[in-house]
Amino acid sequence: MAVTALLLTAACGGGGGPADAGGVTLTYALWDDVQQGAYQQCADAFHKANPDITIKISQSAWDQYWQNLTTQMVSGGAPDVITMQASYYPQFVANGQLLDIQPMVTADKIDLGQYWPGLADLWVKDGKRYGLPKDWDTIAIVYNVDMAKKAGVDMSGLTWNPADGGTFEKAIAHLTVDANGKRGDEPGFDKTKVAVHGIVPELNDGSQGQNGWGDLAVSNGFTFIDKNPFGTRYFYDSPKLAETADWFRRLADKGYATPYDKTSSLGPDTMLNAGKGALGITGSWMIRTYLDSKSQKFAFAPLPTGPQGRKSAFNGLADVIYAGTEHKDAAWKWVRFLGSTGCQDIVADNAVVFPAITSSVERALKAHKAAGRDVRLFVDEAEAPGGTFLLPVSDHGDEINQIVSTAMEEVWLGQKDARTALTAANQKVNALFSGG
Amino acid sequence: MTTATLTKTETAGAALPRRRRGDGRVALAFLAPVLIGFAAFYVYPAVRGAWYSLTDWNLLSEPGFVGLDNYAELVGDPLFWNSLKVTAYYVVLTVGMQIVAGLGLAALMHRLTRSLVLRSLLVVPWLVPNVTSALLWMWLLDANLGFFNHLLVSLGLDNQGFLTSPGLAMPSVAAINAWGATGYTTLLLYAGMLLVPRQIYEAAALDGTGEVRQFFRITLPLLRPILAFVLVVSLIDSFQLFDAVAVTTKGGPVDATRVVYFYIYEEAFTHFKMGYASALALSLVLILGLLTFVQMRLLRASRSDLA
Repeated sequence: MAVTALLLTAACGGGGGPADAGGVTLTYALWDDVQQGAYQQCADAFHKANPDITIKISQSAWDQYWQNLTTQMVSGGAPDVITMQASYYPQFVANGQLLDIQPMVTADKIDLGQYWPGLADLWVKDGKRYGLPKDWDTIAIVYNVDMAKKAGVDMSGLTWNPADGGTFEKAIAHLTVDANGKRGDEPGFDKTKVAVHGIVPELNDGSQGQNGWGDLAVSNGFTFIDKNPFGTRYFYDSPKLAETADWFRRLADKGYATPYDKTSSLGPDTMLNAGKGALGITGSWMIRTYLDSKSQKFAFAPLPTGPQGRKSAFNGLADVIYAGTEHKDAAWKWVRFLGSTGCQDIVADNAVVFPAITSSVERALKAHKAAGRDVRLFVDEAEAPGGTFLLPVSDHGDEINQIVSTAMEEVWLGQKDARTALTAANQKVNALFSGG
Repeated sequence: MTTATLTKTETAGAALPRRRRGDGRVALAFLAPVLIGFAAFYVYPAVRGAWYSLTDWNLLSEPGFVGLDNYAELVGDPLFWNSLKVTAYYVVLTVGMQIVAGLGLAALMHRLTRSLVLRSLLVVPWLVPNVTSALLWMWLLDANLGFFNHLLVSLGLDNQGFLTSPGLAMPSVAAINAWGATGYTTLLLYAGMLLVPRQIYEAAALDGTGEVRQFFRITLPLLRPILAFVLVVSLIDSFQLFDAVAVTTKGGPVDATRVVYFYIYEEAFTHFKMGYASALALSLVLILGLLTFVQMRLLRASRSDLA
């Protein structure tokens, strides 16, 4: 039975995009339903300019996206053009599933300088280029405006360190309110009966901690990997990371955050929307989710400044071409259009994500401003010299993810101290590379 | 043995050799749809699976033969042994809950009411798709926003991480699935109880035996074949726990609910270690086969005391 189930699932991933009569139909895969509208507009504009090519968008949620993609590749019917995330693409490259677009980039003289610095080179491995950047994101604090006002907390220019938490921890403590109305920093505060937690941290956050522990650890002097992209040695055993993890765990001990084993599985945005927490740490792709909320009024504030400065994770997506596509030229035309101002300005006007092309970013900011959303700080963080770090990209991404997130869970649950758990995890992670 | 002897005697008579051969062909025609389906969807994939278990294959590469390496890795894999352990824990919990609750409900129905409405209502949770019921319970049991914790807190108690704390996660998953399966188990047991001749109860009542004693002395012993059947079916069924875990806990917290099916799935479709996943799956087949055999033997399931 077990074996049968596996193989049946493997066999069921079919359905690519065969050409229809008279022209070429390309399938384009993406996971974010919020962005689908913007890219449909791009597809329409592209079809107008190239009447013989039709784009069919295939959207599936993040949780299923990568499994769908792999099974479709096995059956030979993967989408022609694929939205790709940096930490996932090495495994597809290793199996020869992505097309090297460097020859086309050279032939068409694509200006790689038009993209936000650092984004284009993420997609180069061993001299081969696999994608053109489409967007990027940075991280910030999201907070409940009414709660901050009532507490009289100023959210701009917070500082943080792993020893006493700096003014960031002071703000969190003051925003925490127990059932009797006592704040977290007042005498008589009952940490067993908390009505509103100061922070709803996203602790269960893979191997990178993009929405919290990763950013603060880097601002504490932590480095993920010896070389990025494609390093081969990780530093999860660093005391800088362990200190940061310990600080996050202490928040729960003090009653400022829910204990990990009693944390809702519905995600921080649900908790914040339910008014059960005052602030969180989140990425710019969540702008609309928070600012368009009907139940609470939210605003963003820059990440706190750590011992090494303010450090935000910086991550980008790209459009890549499936190596098995039957329509290489058409697929390249579409990728070239996606990576040009033609499409990225459309995406900017929709104000869903920040486009990869520098000039389109200003347009996105304008569109946000017109809609009454103040999100400039995400761009400020990206522009600040040394203010961002790229998320680590290497082989074995999914295995590292499982090893590190399990170790982190042991820390959050208090089963092991951070130093022990992370040192053990780091040994397992680095063994993946020495094993070959 | 008996059938074989019989057939031989009849063929020896050689009265109807032609018709016999005709029967065989017709029988084959009737069996064909099932046989073809069985061969295409069970035998063929199982054989392929056995082959893949001897290879290193990540779905996209060509499967490369590695002999018994996958099995050697499996023996030394702490996550595999952990997955067996938590699966066994789950099976004991959920089968225990189902059978105790099922027996209680069936006995109540059998001795108190024969209402058709009640009987139909019992199977309603069983009719709810597993994923739906898992989602439903995930919201009800949520640590901060769930209805159950709302109740606990309003009673002055602490909220509990039903699905998020290592100690409670597996019992919660077991309870969710037991909730879904109890109705069906109850119906099976109830049907079994109806087979027990009424006069035995009447005789017992005449002798002044109480209901409780009747249950333990009459109902339970005479129910053994049905109980054995229910046990075997629900045991194998619960070994295949996947959907509730995939929906509610995703194997966490810290491997507490990483049951063997979910582990196989993760190895195959998250880590794309298809060869290793096939080896895991085949080991599970072996374990399940062995378990069923032992159970049938222990319970002498094929023999009834009523016969």
